[in-house]
Amino acid sequence: MREINAQDITAAVKRLCMEANSYLPGDIKERICKCYENEPWDLAKNILGIIKENYEIAEDKYVPICQDTGVACVFLEIGQDVHINGNLEEAIHQGVREGYIEGCLRKSVVRDPLDRVNTTDNTPAMIYYNIVPGDGLKLTVAPKGFGSENMSQIKMLKPSDGLEGVKAFILKAVEDAGPNPCPPIVVGVGIGGTFDKAAFLAKKALMRDTNVRNADPFYADLENEMLEKINALGIGPQGVGGKTTALAVNIEKMATHIAGLPVAVNINCHVTRHKSIEL
Amino acid sequence: MEKRVTTPLTLEQVKDLKSGDSVLISGVIYTARDAAHKRLCELAAQGKPLPFDPTDSVVYFVGPAPAKGDQVIGSAGPTTSYRMDAYSPTLIALGQRGMIGKGKRSPEVVAAMKEHGAVYFGAIGGAGALLSRCIKKAEIIAYEDLGAEALRRLEVEDLPAFVIIDCEGNNLYETGRKEYLESIK
Ligand code: SF4
Repeated sequence: MREINAQDITAAVKRLCMEANSYLPGDIKERICKCYENEPWDLAKNILGIIKENYEIAEDKYVPICQDTGVACVFLEIGQDVHINGNLEEAIHQGVREGYIEGCLRKSVVRDPLDRVNTTDNTPAMIYYNIVPGDGLKLTVAPKGFGSENMSQIKMLKPSDGLEGVKAFILKAVEDAGPNPCPPIVVGVGIGGTFDKAAFLAKKALMRDTNVRNADPFYADLENEMLEKINALGIGPQGVGGKTTALAVNIEKMATHIAGLPVAVNINCHVTRHKSIEL
Repeated sequence: MEKRVTTPLTLEQVKDLKSGDSVLISGVIYTARDAAHKRLCELAAQGKPLPFDPTDSVVYFVGPAPAKGDQVIGSAGPTTSYRMDAYSPTLIALGQRGMIGKGKRSPEVVAAMKEHGAVYFGAIGGAGALLSRCIKKAEIIAYEDLGAEALRRLEVEDLPAFVIIDCEGNNLYETGRKEYLESIK
């Protein structure tokens, strides 16, 4: 049994919150640069150039890439042989609290969806636990902006809708979103499971390095095909028209019920942030 | 070539701005998101004065990040505009000439823009670090309790934006995409 102190988790979460908000992942930066080079539409190219300049400023000055520093989504992969000394959940919230206050990040969380009073420290975090074999602990912090979150959709398709139904629904979600989620976007898709599992898979898909395709060649092909189809829509960066609507499509799937075909599309913006650490 | 736009934004200036124009905005603008808009419209409904003069004003839909170190203001890019759709027609009727945000607007907003002569600018969503550098002065003038959503008076210099919808209702989100798709046929 390995022991990990709750304070170490707080310190790690704090650092990840601050760093994730200023340093865009390498794969996203590469994709923005590549799209900039390949963008034939003038205004679209201009915008991609500014987006590039923006993340460079953020990195250089260690300030947030975007003012919406998101709700802190915290993913844990906890080895089943790990024992945490202290209160794990409170340790995570404390890390978010310290990171958002010290890092001058925006506090964007309300305590209740209807009374809408700001908690002033960006807590609570949205926590996702996964128990795995071994004695490791992997932490990922993904600040999620709501301009793009609000454009996400879920649908319980019929099995008879099949692959074509899935493709049509993904395209519909992107079309409906249009300029709102700050394109170029990253599209996370979850297929299968239950209503909630499909949504979780879509969010998990957004955590995957965009240079890594689904391990199943069928789904890897589907990712490529959907990226091409989305970029053929012509929505373009910020919706002004152009070749670059999406930077990547990541799909996760799992088993489901004989009667169902749940599909969730979680949309993320060009500020697709996440940072991980192994304790 | 960018057009320079200075506030207060007069009707004459607005008429000169066409959907698709790149602009650099300078002068005094005000920040407000949904919560502040709600309060502004409540004041308007009671016939009370607003915390700023809406005549020829420009409102930026933004909830900035806190200033860090010697910054005037933290990252400050636009928020999605449709959440202000319920309120914008009221402010436009009071004389507001310009809005800076990102994303689609409702037919009601566009109708009010055409009727009174107003323009909708798009700033680049997700470029908050860069855009904050165009803000030379920032002060909270009302609703401090709303935190990031408080009403601020900003002095901006050459804030880059695009005319998305002009006062004739032309919409870059529709025309830009159509023209691009035709160009690759
Ligand atoms: S959708 Fe993304 S880029 Fe746009 S404002 Fe929100 S966090 Fe920023």
